[in-house]
Amino acid sequence: MQDHDVLDRDPKEKVDDSSGVSRRDFLKISSISAAAVPILGTKVVQAAGVPVKVYGPGKVPVELTINGQKHSLQLEPRVTLLDAMRDQLEITGAKRVCDRAECGACTVILGDKPVYACSILAIEAQDKPITTVEALMQGDNLDPIQQAFVDNDASQCGFCTSGFVVAFKAVLDKHPNATPEEIRHGLSGNVCRCGTYHGIHLAIAQMAQKGV
Amino acid sequence: MPDYNWPDAEHRTLIGKRISRVDAPFKVSGRAKYAYDYHGSNMLFGKILRAPYAKAKIVSIDISAAEKMPGVKAVQIIQKAGTTAQWAGDEVVAVAAVDESTAEDAVRLIKVNYQPMPYLVSDAEPPAGAGEAPGPMSDDDIDDAVSNQTPDAQIVKYLQEHGVTFKVDEDFLNDMKGEGASEAVLAAIQKAEYHKGQAGGHSAYQKTAAQTSGDPDKAFAEAAVVSEGLYGAPVIVHCCLEPHGSVSEWTDKDHLFTHISTQNVSGIAAQMADPLGIEAANIRVHQDNMGGGFGSKFAADRWDIAAARLSRKAGGRPVRMMLERDAELKVAGARPSAYARVKVAATKEGTITGWQSQSWGTGGPGGGGMPPIPYVFGIPNQHKEHTAIRNNIGPARAWRAPNHPQAAVITMGALDDLAAKLNMDPLDLWLKNLEITGPRRDVYREELGIAADLMGWKEKWRPRGQNVSGSVARGLGLSIHTWGGRGHASDCDLTIHPDGSVDVKMGTQDIGTGTRTTIIIVAAETLGIPIEAINLYIGDTLYPPSGGSGGSTTPGGVSSSTRRAAVDAREALFAKVAPALNAQPDDLECTNGTVRVKSDPSRSLNWKQACSKIGAMPVTARGHNDQIAGKNHPDLTNSGVGGVGMADVEVDIETGVVKIKKMVAVQDCGLIIDLKTAESSCYGALAMGISYALFEEKVMDQATGRMLNPNMEFYRLAGLNDIPELVVHMMTGKGYDERGVIGLGEPPVISPGAAIANAVANAIGARVSFLPITPDKVLAALNQKDMDQKAGA
Repeated sequence: MQDHDVLDRDPKEKVDDSSGVSRRDFLKISSISAAAVPILGTKVVQAAGVPVKVYGPGKVPVELTINGQKHSLQLEPRVTLLDAMRDQLEITGAKRVCDRAECGACTVILGDKPVYACSILAIEAQDKPITTVEALMQGDNLDPIQQAFVDNDASQCGFCTSGFVVAFKAVLDKHPNATPEEIRHGLSGNVCRCGTYHGIHLAIAQMAQKGV
Repeated sequence: MPDYNWPDAEHRTLIGKRISRVDAPFKVSGRAKYAYDYHGSNMLFGKILRAPYAKAKIVSIDISAAEKMPGVKAVQIIQKAGTTAQWAGDEVVAVAAVDESTAEDAVRLIKVNYQPMPYLVSDAEPPAGAGEAPGPMSDDDIDDAVSNQTPDAQIVKYLQEHGVTFKVDEDFLNDMKGEGASEAVLAAIQKAEYHKGQAGGHSAYQKTAAQTSGDPDKAFAEAAVVSEGLYGAPVIVHCCLEPHGSVSEWTDKDHLFTHISTQNVSGIAAQMADPLGIEAANIRVHQDNMGGGFGSKFAADRWDIAAARLSRKAGGRPVRMMLERDAELKVAGARPSAYARVKVAATKEGTITGWQSQSWGTGGPGGGGMPPIPYVFGIPNQHKEHTAIRNNIGPARAWRAPNHPQAAVITMGALDDLAAKLNMDPLDLWLKNLEITGPRRDVYREELGIAADLMGWKEKWRPRGQNVSGSVARGLGLSIHTWGGRGHASDCDLTIHPDGSVDVKMGTQDIGTGTRTTIIIVAAETLGIPIEAINLYIGDTLYPPSGGSGGSTTPGGVSSSTRRAAVDAREALFAKVAPALNAQPDDLECTNGTVRVKSDPSRSLNWKQACSKIGAMPVTARGHNDQIAGKNHPDLTNSGVGGVGMADVEVDIETGVVKIKKMVAVQDCGLIIDLKTAESSCYGALAMGISYALFEEKVMDQATGRMLNPNMEFYRLAGLNDIPELVVHMMTGKGYDERGVIGLGEPPVISPGAAIANAVANAIGARVSFLPITPDKVLAALNQKDMDQKAGA
């Protein structure tokens, strides 16, 4: 895996204090809900002394707001955000590659944070807007980041490209004047196999120069 | 006869320029669709139960519970009871269910009894005397070879050379057919010579015949200097980001439609037809984009056949069968290892006079062959022995420039050590011995000069271990390489419509190398219209067949067939337009969006007006490139390139960590169609080279026989911050352009590993024998150097 100390990025950390469940909580709940009767919707139980929502194990209603559009789904709680997008909604820009938070090809922006969609459950992603690579174009125009990737030939097979572009976008959204080093840091959780890194370095230089 | 030749430099408006890849806007915006993205209606999800043992007899399989599970729509046994699983991860049963988690649950309900068998997953140096001379094949040997996915050509060659130990009958042939043996293999079994009672070939260690040329004993006896060393590269995996797999559906009872992640769109149907019992003509194959193959995606794999069979059982519903990441790394391809003990003889002036090598390596169950050593340098007076290790690590597949990177690590390492022993700058040793590199020697000379300038070699280079500052040692290394790259067979249809629109159709594929861009540039250049005016259709068996994208054969193939189609279509257009311009067809030219009279350019029509003269029916021309060199007149493609790689590294001698500071690649590839994507191939190859030089290894657990790192955390690929300044220089212009188009996928990935290994040796004054050059190996090499120095003092 690449550097873990990525800017604002840790898919394993608790996603949000006010909604959903953290991964540790989820593990605790799993052992409780294994014996539970399948129910539609959620119930609240006391786990480790705090109330937490219990979902499933059958299908539960899930509402996702992706690229400004609301989607109502019935999903087993174990379905990841990535699989919900790809298999249920056919939003396929985010790619499934490692499926365990090692490569970044599935990067989306949840709220204002880049996350690995393979390692977030769909039920955890309900209360915040989700932005995928599909939303970056303005009409027929590419986002300047996307244009920088085109200009500098920073994609070959293209399977990692969506993830790089979205992670890049997340860095600049939060740090509009990020230095090249800071952008590289923000992209260090993404991996390319074809070796398009030279083009990505050039795209970074192009964007940093713009002082977006 | 129309002039198919590539236009002269002064007449090229697009060819050779830096043009952005035409599909990049789709890739950067998530609109590019891959096989993994295809979602058929009512699609089922396939999963595979894999053998947990490195080698085990499958005693019994009970699929009844899985079949009864709600949501499961089909179960297909891939390897029946009685067969032997040959590696951990070998496919046993496939399941299709309404969703992925149901399929996973169903897999867990399948009961398989295995009888574990002794296995080998090591590729360590064979024990002395372990190698067994190859002998005839038993029925079990053939069964293993077929079920091990040993390449057909290898099985056929072996059968032709060594025969069989038993009398072949119809039953056996039918069994092998059932196991998936090709017609070629079945024919070879039938024709194989029968050697009674000579069972052989059972050892894990197979020696190939020793090869001797010249008089190596004399050369070494008379040598002023003999350098000895140990060099090698381990098994690595392709780790394609889009895993292997497909989505298959039956559109009626005897028509299959498959979306597959492949480097070989036109070649897949023929591979699927036989096992599925339908005609290849009834199979449609489609792929828009492909997420990385690197040589591992030419076949319709077992899991693809299983998906088609599951779909048939499920009434034709689409079945998606994409490998999970761990399976992708365990079973979907690996680059064979190669290691060698080498001795090189030379005069005291540095003329290389002799080579001896004992090499070994594994390509998994098939064993594999000797890498082409000594590499590039045709050293006189050689003696070579090789032992192939047949083991249970899973099958090997072609990996960018098969066997060449390993051969470079071994050969260039040995020559670098020789240079150190001679107290020579390796650049001087290489230049001194270029005479024995064959027809590309002058190219190498020119390229070495350019690379040295770009690297600042003469200013930066220091003798071994003499560029240390504090805990940081700096070093330079180099390597040279070669490849063929002639264009493959390719057919292209180009149509000019009466409204001026143009479409190009070809059953090729763009595997990320810029094939779409290449085709469009050639078509647009030939017709004198902008690249935006070309509509390109590829990636489907509906279009004319074009070869698989392997061995750097695609650029030459597709550019030649496109050029021929475009020239012929242009001629047809000229014939229709000539009367309107009151000229002869051969006095017309297409340029800058017009069709005009060469002798009087004022008489011209714009492209749209010209095309309106075509009449009601569009004109279509078929262009063909033949695979065989002599059959194309004129020949628009060529074979044989040379290239140079140089590395500048920094090694922390306290931690053993290697940091690459700069890489240089200088490469020729004949006439370059798109300079931008050509350079990208080299930049990418340098990054890939850094990755396999420093990080990559398929690590096998000797205790369990399983791969220890089948994920992307412990199978580490280079990241953005591992990649330093990369400098690429493409050889173009006179002496290069007129050779025609030559492929570029393989060559630039060959030298980086060897160059980096040599740079590390130069920095620390000791050889790290085997890639990847990890900190532990660097520290061990430094320790050894200390001990040697103390022993010598």
